[in-house]
Amino acid sequence: MSETSTIGPNDAEAQTVSAVAIRFAGDSGDGMQVAGTRFTEASAIFGNDLATFPNFPSEIRAPAGTLPGVSSFQVQIADRDILTAGDHPDVLVAMNPAALKANLPDLAPAGTIIVNTDAFVERNLAKAGYETSPLTDGSLDAFRLLEVPMETLTKEAVKDTGLKGRGVLRCKNFFALGLMAWMFDRPNDPTLDWIDQKFGKDEAVRSGNELAFKAGYNLGETTEMFRNTFEVKPAALPPGTYTNVTGNQSLAWGLIAAGQAAKLPLFYASYPITPASDILHELSKHRSFGVRTYQAEDEIAAAGAAVGASFAGQLGVTGTSGPGLALKSETISLALMAELPMLVVDVQRGGPSTGLPTKTEQSDLLMAMYGRHGESPLPVISVSSPSDAFETTIEAARIALKYMTPVLLMSDGYIATSAEPWLLPDVSQLPDISVSFATASNGESDEFLPFLRDPETLARPWAVPGTAGLEHRLGGLEKEDMTGNVSYGPLNHEKMTILREEKIAGIAADIPEIEIDTDADADLLVLGWGSSFGAITAGVRRVRANGSKVARVHLRYLNPFPRNLEEILRRYPKVLIPELNQGQLWRLIRAEYLIDAISYPKVQGQPFKAVEIESKIMEVLES
Amino acid sequence: MTDTTARYTRQDYQTDQEVRWCPGCGDYTILSSVQNFMAGLDIDKENVVFISGIGCSSRFPYYMNTYGMHSIHGRAPAIASGIAVARPELSVWVVTGDGDSMSIGGNHLIHALRRNVNIKILQFNNQIYGLTKGQYSPTSEVGKRTKSSPAGSIDHPFNPMSLALGAEATFAARTIDMDRDHTQEMLRRAYEHDGSAFIEIYQNCNVFNDKAFIQLTGREERELNRINLKHGEPVVFGPDDEYGVVIENGSARIVEVSAAGLDAIHVHNAQASTPSAAFALSRLSHGPFGPTPVGVFREMPRLTYEDGLQQQIHEAQMSRGPGDLQALIGSTGTWTVE
Repeated sequence: MSETSTIGPNDAEAQTVSAVAIRFAGDSGDGMQVAGTRFTEASAIFGNDLATFPNFPSEIRAPAGTLPGVSSFQVQIADRDILTAGDHPDVLVAMNPAALKANLPDLAPAGTIIVNTDAFVERNLAKAGYETSPLTDGSLDAFRLLEVPMETLTKEAVKDTGLKGRGVLRCKNFFALGLMAWMFDRPNDPTLDWIDQKFGKDEAVRSGNELAFKAGYNLGETTEMFRNTFEVKPAALPPGTYTNVTGNQSLAWGLIAAGQAAKLPLFYASYPITPASDILHELSKHRSFGVRTYQAEDEIAAAGAAVGASFAGQLGVTGTSGPGLALKSETISLALMAELPMLVVDVQRGGPSTGLPTKTEQSDLLMAMYGRHGESPLPVISVSSPSDAFETTIEAARIALKYMTPVLLMSDGYIATSAEPWLLPDVSQLPDISVSFATASNGESDEFLPFLRDPETLARPWAVPGTAGLEHRLGGLEKEDMTGNVSYGPLNHEKMTILREEKIAGIAADIPEIEIDTDADADLLVLGWGSSFGAITAGVRRVRANGSKVARVHLRYLNPFPRNLEEILRRYPKVLIPELNQGQLWRLIRAEYLIDAISYPKVQGQPFKAVEIESKIMEVLES
Repeated sequence: MTDTTARYTRQDYQTDQEVRWCPGCGDYTILSSVQNFMAGLDIDKENVVFISGIGCSSRFPYYMNTYGMHSIHGRAPAIASGIAVARPELSVWVVTGDGDSMSIGGNHLIHALRRNVNIKILQFNNQIYGLTKGQYSPTSEVGKRTKSSPAGSIDHPFNPMSLALGAEATFAARTIDMDRDHTQEMLRRAYEHDGSAFIEIYQNCNVFNDKAFIQLTGREERELNRINLKHGEPVVFGPDDEYGVVIENGSARIVEVSAAGLDAIHVHNAQASTPSAAFALSRLSHGPFGPTPVGVFREMPRLTYEDGLQQQIHEAQMSRGPGDLQALIGSTGTWTVE
């Protein structure tokens, strides 16, 4: 079974399908993200496995009706374990001509298009660059086209609510959602409850959205045009309690969990930046956990405040995206030099410069590795999916605290905004990552040596203000070994440089060996990291379904690499590294191991599709 | 502990590190004033933190036997803010210079002041870049000839006091390195203020900008030019208080008291509802090249950032109880697979 199955025309009623991908597309003001998210929640509660892919412009409101203003939300629901939002949607809901034009190229062959015909007027067609209406010129003949005057029907549905003008049209996303809810037999209560909760304070808006939703649903039920529905049965997921979680949410909760697991207050300093801001939003809601959020005046100040909080004995965290990471670089080097624990979250986006703020990329890896002055190695750890962010964040905090070092925690725009079901962990079973503060002098003559290292981890003691007798000064100037006094000694500098390097390299002994997913006699290993996890895993499944043999490894630890990585890579004649950059992990692998791996780069601001990975694997296998 | 006389001596606040400023630098005097002042405080030494940026003055924490950090250029207020917000019980001090705080770190200075985090910022203003050996700074006067301005600086300078007042500072004061008693008095007032405090300290750089403050430090000059601001008192100065300051249409000017009459003289109010009069006073001198006010310009309490944050945490915990992580991760809707 492929990652996406297609619903063709002329299906029988209540056709059962294994998986289906639906894309809601409209103007960025049309509420497509809301419609998609509500459909997702209803599907989650219904018990499908799912994966989502929100895609929106960076402008808050690009000109209405234009191609740059199109916003979309894709969700794949399935009766089995799936890993991506689907390469090609089976159903496209297009609220206007621009949404149709922008999304049609992705639609599966013979897919279903549901259009809001009210928006297909001359002016909108022209804005989208259509010379003739695609609804009438035959260009959509290869698809199943369902024409619905959504604005007219929404107006009719809400006419008694007192809503006027734009307020009426704002309900049309719920009309579209209602239609989809009928078509895919979704439970309605989750959506109706949400409408009550969200709009309860404004009865006109609440009832308008509810009536529009019901009108959409009833249209499906009563109109011949929609004579069939689709059934996607609940997935056979492992037993337990699930929630639907986005990467930013999961990472934010992971930070709160890390604070609890470390028995330290969480201090999160950030400056708003897409796509990391939701972490700040989420954490700022949770004062009851004692979380201190600090919206700094700029990226540098956010990093500085996190360093200050760490010096003061808290779990100091700063979060950002690429441009902000560049600004924080000097401060991260200070934390590295002062050997203070700190988490730096980088939710990567398309770059360089402002780049593609709302699109995804994995192109900050080399900046995370090397983007500092001087000899400045740091641990780099990557999240690989929305639900994975929780546990990986705790692990990043563990390393930061145990080794007294800043840690780069990499996520990206795709992980941050997309959602998947998450089997909720029992938080009473979280690992204990707490560390002890220094409380007494450690020198031979009763003095405190702030850079006397633990012989095993090479970490220095963490003595926090308020501890009598351990007063000491940190700083960015080179330290004398053990005393921490300023030292310009040439041999001391070399010694300290090597000690800092060995401390980070030594973490390899404290992380798990990498696990491999392999066929016997496979000749090719696919090595990935970060958000390409889903597409790579799905691509590998397809290759195997076709009878070919392949192996797969996905990295959480990018610095240091797992200690058995080289040995595993050398087992395979060919190593393929797909990444959403121009070959950054590929360069690291070549530099570290002199292994002549094959790079598969993609920099389109979009995640990999499973079919792309599959094709590339087949190409490499056949070459 | 209430006995404030016997707790510490100046030596307790000294470190074993050799002090490495140029002989004759004003920083020595300030260091000694600060150490003497701290020794007299009723505070456990381990609860004191000194944070600095980069520059001559920023070597300061190495010479204070407290917790401290010699951080990076311009960022000390940001780092200090993190410490103060995380641990409001600590006494957090920032030592900075005119370049560190108003050039590379200007943004952090103004935001720390308006945010009113409980940190005390000591700005050693010597109107020159000392550590990098003599370039003009954001407080150097126009026309100043330095290594980087051989034909004279064309940069219009900041007036640090005007800047602090404009940045919503709740406490702003000015003092002079040579005047140890006045320096300690300003330190005390800043320490007692609940919130961010800014003290501009005129500091002589005898190597690159000697006698920049001679108008306020010279034996003869200071008699004529030093205006001591005292809350609730008329702003008068001169050997026999024969000069005074009047504020008209938002601007301050110097008058002879005998001519204007004492009733016309501005009465200093550090706690006025708006900082307008304090701002007008700050504009009297931009150098200092003539009569220059020193003392507390403004001292107006406002809720501190960390108190506001603690209040929110307290209220959230009162209304919702301490956070329950298991409940949180299930808070957006769950379903169960049997």
